[in-house]
Order: sequence, then structure tokens, then C-alpha cells
Amino acid sequence: MSEGNMNITLKVWRQKNSKSQGNLETYDVKGISEDMSFLEMFDVLNEKLIVEDKEPIAFDHDCREGICGMCSMYINGRPHGPLEGVTTCQLHMRSFKDGDTIVVEPWRAQAFPVVKDLVTDRSAFDRVIAAGGFVSVNTGNAQDANAIPIPKTEADKAFAAAACIGCGACVASCKNASAMLFVSAKISQLALLPQGDPERQTRAINMVNQMDAEGFGNCTNTGACAVECPKEISLENIARMNREYLSASFTSSED
Amino acid sequence: MSWLTKTLSSSIGKKILMAITGLFLCTFLIIHLVGNLQLFKSDSGYAFNTYTVFMTSNPLIKTVSYVLYASILFHAFWGLYLEYLNRKSRPIGYVVQKNQSSFASRKMAVLGTILLVYIAVHLGDFWAEYKFGHLPYVKYTENLTSGEITAVEHLPDTYQQQVKIVETYNEESGSKSVIVKNLYAEAEEAFSNPLLVLFYVLSMAVMGFHLSHGFQSGFQSLGLNHPKYNPFIQKVGLWIFAILIPIGFAIIPVYFLIK
Repeated sequence: MSEGNMNITLKVWRQKNSKSQGNLETYDVKGISEDMSFLEMFDVLNEKLIVEDKEPIAFDHDCREGICGMCSMYINGRPHGPLEGVTTCQLHMRSFKDGDTIVVEPWRAQAFPVVKDLVTDRSAFDRVIAAGGFVSVNTGNAQDANAIPIPKTEADKAFAAAACIGCGACVASCKNASAMLFVSAKISQLALLPQGDPERQTRAINMVNQMDAEGFGNCTNTGACAVECPKEISLENIARMNREYLSASFTSSED
Repeated sequence: MSWLTKTLSSSIGKKILMAITGLFLCTFLIIHLVGNLQLFKSDSGYAFNTYTVFMTSNPLIKTVSYVLYASILFHAFWGLYLEYLNRKSRPIGYVVQKNQSSFASRKMAVLGTILLVYIAVHLGDFWAEYKFGHLPYVKYTENLTSGEITAVEHLPDTYQQQVKIVETYNEESGSKSVIVKNLYAEAEEAFSNPLLVLFYVLSMAVMGFHLSHGFQSGFQSLGLNHPKYNPFIQKVGLWIFAILIPIGFAIIPVYFLIK
């Protein structure tokens, strides 16, 4: 990795495990290149900590190309840092200035307990997804792509909703730690397409019930989630989820 | 639990109850402001005082007013309960927080609590005074041909009547006399206090902020979000409910203070 000339003061949340109390610790990171990603800067710091025989900082990451939804840092008061439409791994040090102090905290929500340092347990999202169940698709040969006509605008909306990577920035930024942007994206991507239609009512009810059971807050439409979402999921999805849930509750034949 | 209680106690159902009661209170504001504009008529409060009688005796309006009181209480306390639940959803906050949402949208509970205090004061000033207080009566004489108020007589404090309004027609002079409680004079008296006027004006500013988020948020909660109608809903929320209506209300106490 190329040497650079940026010196950064990092204040990072350190917490041994979910039971212990955490606190911010200060680290001086020297010789950072502005072409490094934010996570690479953490790698440099961790290598130094390991050499010094200190505990490296635990943080979530996987693909490092902005599509897996693992990275989850609350940087200087914003999820995924100062840029919009970008995950932490796609944030580069050129977005900061030499000599900056950067505060990095984990996602904060009752439903996302801190596991260690910057790592939170986001399996609540997985349980919401599982509660949504499956779509009825017959196995066998794939049918012709144009067999089911779907208007382009609807397909685009479904695709935009499906862009959600489930990173949890919406929950992290919401003052109520509400998961409605995430859940609404997952409900919308299937509700908008004919393939998702047979189970759309049970899906809406089950996913909302699971979301509530996980202890996420209630939406107050502040819109912070949509601003902070690295995939720019629209608030329109939350309105759609409200409609889907209401119409399912009032018209489905199940209790 | 029945399906209906289950639906309404879900996170989405809770929002919908806030939206329905909130938007109902918005419609009330229009009626209340239009009615109160009669305070600006220079008729010594004749129009306003007779309108008060109508508003407190018409059975339909009385029924709606009970729904209104219930909605205010429900909206306020349900909102505070939701705020409590929402705060529990983030037991440990951030050390550094850079908010990307509007001030009003984040502070709805605080703004709403101030409004609840305001409503209590406002009802104490006028509603309770009219209903339980000892307001003096006033006698208006109206010329039925020209519609002009020819005489205003402030009746002594000892005067009492069993009904809210006593109308007597005098065929010879072509006039009518009306005796009603003088709530208009109560407004004149209350708003001679600059501190109360200031409290009313500040409360209306708070209402403006509350509605700048609340009106459009109500539509979103009900699932009414469509690119064709959103700009209209947002403009109505901002210009009518957050600016025009609060200013309309705020002018009333200021008008009485400088009159």
C-alpha cells in the first residue's frame, strides 16, 4: 500500500463484548494516503496495533466494493461518513483533510446490540427477511423472459427497492432506530412484481410483525434514513409498505 | 387479540392513529380560524358572540367537538407514548450526531407538548370561562332593515338568564335585541396582557413548526405518497398549515393588544 502524508486523529468506540461498557479511544494514524479507503486506513491502524501487541479494532467488512452491506461505521455523526449514496468501504481518505479528528462509532439501536468494538449483531434483519417467506416459483426450465409482461416503470421501481443491501444505515440514522426503510424495500421489491403477488399479503403482515418483535422504533417520517441510505432507497417504499400492510390487514382472509 | 387491535397496535397502525387524529385536528384549525375572523368585525363582538352560541348549542357541532376533545387528548398522549417507545429503541446514543432531518421532524414531541400546554391555557381562558365562569351579558340592538347595530348595552354583573341567547323583536321600530354572554369582552380583557399575547404568538410559532412536518407526515403514514400529488401536499402543509393559519391565529391577540 502506497505511503501517504495524511495524519489523522481517530476516536474509535472500543468495547470488549456485548456485556461490557465501552468508551472512545484516541489513536494517531500517520502516513495515510488519500487514495486509501476508510477501511484500508483501519487496516493500517490494526497492523500497527498488532505489531504493538495490542488488540486490533473489530469492524465488519466483506466485499469492499459497496454491495454486500457488511461495513457499518458511524463516522463523524453520520452512517457511512460524510458522502451520500456511498458505503464505508467506498469512502476514501480524500474526503477528509490532513489533521482531521474522526469519531467512529458502531450502529446504535436496541435491535442491533454491539458484539465488539464497531461490530453489531444485525441478525434482526435476517429474521425479518426469513419472516417474509418465499415466492411461489415452480422449479424446472426457466420460462421465456418476456412471458410475463411487466411495465418498465414498475420493474425499475422494484429494482430500485431491491438495491437495498441491508446494511442498517437507515436504522442507525433514524432518531427512533426504526427499520421501516429496510423492511419497506424488502416488501416493495416483491409487491411490485407479479412473481411476488401470491404471497404479498402474508409477507407484508409477517415482516411487519417480525420488525415490531425485534424492538425497532416507530417511523416518524423524518426522512433521515433515505438521506443516509447508501443505495438511496426512497421514502416512497415506506408509504407503499403502509398501504400493503393496511390493505393486507383489512382484506386478507387470514387472521 | 382481534385482527383490528393487532393492526392498530402494530408500528404501522400506531402511526396511522397519529395521522388520522392529526389530520382531523388540521381540519378543525380551518374552521376555528374562519370562525374567529369574526373577531375583526367592528360590531362590538355581536357576530362573534352569537356565533359562540351557535357553536355551543348546535347538536352536530357539539358532537364533533367531543370527538375533537378526544382526538386532542389521544393525539397528545399516544404521541408521548410513541416517543417513549422510540427512545427505548436506542438506549445508548451517539457521541457525535449530525442530523440530516428537519428540526421540526425531530422535535415533534417537544413541540406537541408545548401545544398541549397552550391548549390547556387557551381552554382555561375562553372555553372554561364561557362554560363555568361568570361572564357578563351584553345586549345588542340590531336594525333589521339596515342590519346595523344601533345600541350596545353592557348588562350589570348581577344579570342572569336561563338560556344562552334571548332574542326580542320590536315590530314598531323594526329592530331586534339580542342578549348573550360577552365572550368578545373576555378576549379584549385577556389580550390586554402583553405576556399572554406573547405566549399566544410563540405558541402559534410552535404550531407552525409542528405542522410543517405533521401535515405532510400524516399523508405519508397513511400511505398517500405519489409523485403527482406530493408537491401539492407539501405546499399545502408548508404555506397553509405551517405559515398562513398560525399567522392568522397569532394576529388575533396582537390585534386586541394594539386596538
